[in-house]
Amino acid sequence: MTPRPALVKRTRVIPVLAVVLVAAATAIAAQQPRADRSKPPALGPAPRLNLPPIQKRTLSNGLPVWLIEAHEVPLVQVNLLVLAGSGDDPAGKFGVASLTAAMLDEGAGARDALQLADAVEVLGASLATVSSFDASAVRLNVPAARLGDALPIMADVALRPTFSEKELDRVRKERITSLLQARDDPASVAPMAFARTVFGATHRYGTAAVGTEATLKGFTTGDLRTFHEAMYQPSNATLVAVGDIRADAVVPLLEKHFGAWKNRGAPARARVPDAPQLTSRQITIVDMPKAAQSQIRIGGVGVPRSTPDYFTLQVLNTILGGSFTSRLNQNLREEHQYSYGASSRFEMRLSAGSFVAGAGVQTDKTAEALREFFNELEAIRKPVGADELAKAKNYVALGFPSEFETISDLTSHVEELIVYKLPDDYFSRYVDSIQAVTSAAVAQAAAKYVLPQQFAVVIAGDRAAIEAGIRALNLGPVRVMSVSEALGS
Amino acid sequence: MARLAFVIALLALIVVPLGGQTLASLQVPYRQFRLSNGLTVILHQDKSVPIVAINMWYHVGSANEKQGRTGFAHLFEHLMFEGSKHVKEGEFDTLLESAGGDNNGSTSNDRTNYVIQVPSNALELALFLESDRMAYLLDTMTPERVNGQRDVVKNERRQSYENQPYGMASIELDRMLWPPAHPYSWPTIGEMADLTAASYEDVVEFFKKYYTPANASLVVAGDIDLDRTQALVEKWFGEIAVSPPVEPVAPPAAILTSVKRKTLTDRVTLPRIYLAWLTPRMYAPGDAALDVTASVLAGGKNSRLYKRLVYDTQMAQDVSAYQQSGALGSSFNIIATARPGRTIAELQTAIDEELARLRREAPTSREVQRAVNQTEASFYRAMERVGGFGGKADQLNAYYTAGGGPDFFAEDLARYTSLSASDVQSAVIDWLPADRRVELVVQPEAAK
Repeated sequence: MTPRPALVKRTRVIPVLAVVLVAAATAIAAQQPRADRSKPPALGPAPRLNLPPIQKRTLSNGLPVWLIEAHEVPLVQVNLLVLAGSGDDPAGKFGVASLTAAMLDEGAGARDALQLADAVEVLGASLATVSSFDASAVRLNVPAARLGDALPIMADVALRPTFSEKELDRVRKERITSLLQARDDPASVAPMAFARTVFGATHRYGTAAVGTEATLKGFTTGDLRTFHEAMYQPSNATLVAVGDIRADAVVPLLEKHFGAWKNRGAPARARVPDAPQLTSRQITIVDMPKAAQSQIRIGGVGVPRSTPDYFTLQVLNTILGGSFTSRLNQNLREEHQYSYGASSRFEMRLSAGSFVAGAGVQTDKTAEALREFFNELEAIRKPVGADELAKAKNYVALGFPSEFETISDLTSHVEELIVYKLPDDYFSRYVDSIQAVTSAAVAQAAAKYVLPQQFAVVIAGDRAAIEAGIRALNLGPVRVMSVSEALGS
Repeated sequence: MARLAFVIALLALIVVPLGGQTLASLQVPYRQFRLSNGLTVILHQDKSVPIVAINMWYHVGSANEKQGRTGFAHLFEHLMFEGSKHVKEGEFDTLLESAGGDNNGSTSNDRTNYVIQVPSNALELALFLESDRMAYLLDTMTPERVNGQRDVVKNERRQSYENQPYGMASIELDRMLWPPAHPYSWPTIGEMADLTAASYEDVVEFFKKYYTPANASLVVAGDIDLDRTQALVEKWFGEIAVSPPVEPVAPPAAILTSVKRKTLTDRVTLPRIYLAWLTPRMYAPGDAALDVTASVLAGGKNSRLYKRLVYDTQMAQDVSAYQQSGALGSSFNIIATARPGRTIAELQTAIDEELARLRREAPTSREVQRAVNQTEASFYRAMERVGGFGGKADQLNAYYTAGGGPDFFAEDLARYTSLSASDVQSAVIDWLPADRRVELVVQPEAAK
């Protein structure tokens, strides 16, 4: 059953008085004692999250296994994490990591694509083959009673993909058609145009993970096989198993299906270079005729995940555009009503990703909205008050336990530890690290990373309706980028 | 993370045998009581993570709207976050964020729900906030607040419908499926003119009529002490007065007697077809069989339509099928997007041939088992999260509202595990006829 659709108070834009005194007085039952509402109830001490311990084992081929026992629901999640992602795409082959991951379950071991799908579905399992800029993963979620049936399928998919010509041709067409469809949607075009503007055509972060129409057309099964053989190796991977398992019982099972997997020489990971910041502000309009809203993205090169300013930036961004009460959302939604929601974020990868602020704003308020964005980007560079700082720190720190509810939450947090080489006690120190952020540190970080004079400004919208207003703001040189250029084709 | 009680099922064993394996039965223990003002309260303890979910349903949605004021239930939902007598404008969100909490609300045809999730030490704060807007929303309501959220909602409509590729199709589809006087015929987001017309007086009237304790149900779930939580709920909600009961919505009969066709144009590259039928309401006989039918048609690579349209012939970029279930009636939808160079006529012919095949002969038991086992696993996954939309608290409230009792999980799952292949065949014959349905096509605008 899919319930009839519901509309929600808020969605994430980026992927994120005449008082009438009648009713109340008569609406109160006289006989009921009234609660004291003169001030909000006091909070007791915040509860501490007791994270279940991570157990570490190693298979006979050296493949590390990280386990967490969590017995609340009879489900198990097993992820094979591979330390290779779109950041490892060679020049001219943008999209190969993503396509390799997508093709893993299109035939593997003795099964073709249809047989694989059937075998997984009949177990009530889900098997996802995914990649990001920093890593790839095969993720199995299965009822605990069926783990033994699902693991050999997972191992086939991860270790013995077929990469057949026929399936490659089909998936290639699907991806090329998706890129064609992305052209219809300002909310898809704007981030691609933004990445292209900030990082450029040759930097890996300037092109979408899937690549371009041209690179997709060029891929052969040989390209996939080469990438898989070079990167998917025990020495470059970790198994993560979380859920209704006992470590001593599950490790032999994992050994059976992954222990014979052989290394084939050391995988070579080249670090994506950090892109230079723009030297001056650049305004780019992507014409989407008759668009009812303009999709705005503003920002520049941000920080890598390894930044020493990580916790400070979590707090800074929460204040600026990372929560409902953030300045950008309050300004553009609640105060001016130009938008359904505005937000910002630091996209942290192994190398410096972007900082981006954005919103969809009604077409006839595009220039006004841009002015408010820049007001907020300038204002965040001034010292933040104690209340606002405390609110943001508490929001991030005290809300932290809710990120550990499901076994898939737990595995993605463990993946984060592995991909970014974070210390084992990282999560238990997280709350204290956030609470230690000072006002001075936030001010320093804002001065260092929020650089409105050097930011790229991308607007995907109805050029005929918005261009004059944008030019009149005098933010900087305005250029028009075609949708094709935004998509790199 | 959820705590599941494992019980030895004494009644029908709710399991699908698969190579001798059986999954445990589902049970979610709860305490239910009613305040003297009519508010129904359901408590559920789950101590796996130190958080608490406060989940309030008001039994009012866009189906309760008047013509000329479409979109009002949802606009009203936005106003519920703007402050009440003892909570200044902006404080609702500020107080919760300062406590490490999150909140949201959503409106559908049938109901409006509000979700708050907080660390367990902020339970009372959340109850204070939730009760204050039920008791005292109007004390500080102003025309300016209505105007502000009116413009926010108009931007929500622009973002989610007008500026969304194919975004207007769902609105048109409902208009074609349901008779004009049926409340499912108009969109929950509302028509722009109606949003413009919504007034402060409408807000006052709507609140007094629908936002009453007897027209609401509250679930508090998570890391709670049951007795203390019951006392806190009585403390904060007990003072709210009794109000007259709300009359149930009495929609006109909805029936299709022929094929209704329409073509829209949109700023899109590829044409798309929508086929839709009127089907049994949520939990009625046929509802679960149509879910499984949807899966047999378009769930996974081996499903009939996916395999033929997307995998084998590759004439379609995507195909989906789903039973969209509502309290007053449901619709079954098949949606497919043509690849460049392929036509809607080709897609429709192939879809109709596959439907005809299912009418002639039942699917294999393997096809049904795949769908049912997937559904079964999804019930377990839904046990993991306490709060938010679709979490355990929300589902307890949904089941209570539907009349089956809050812990309807096992019974709901049994609707699926008891199905046979011939039930799927019957559902297609009974509910998906070729000569009584809606056919909506979205074509690209001529010049792009």
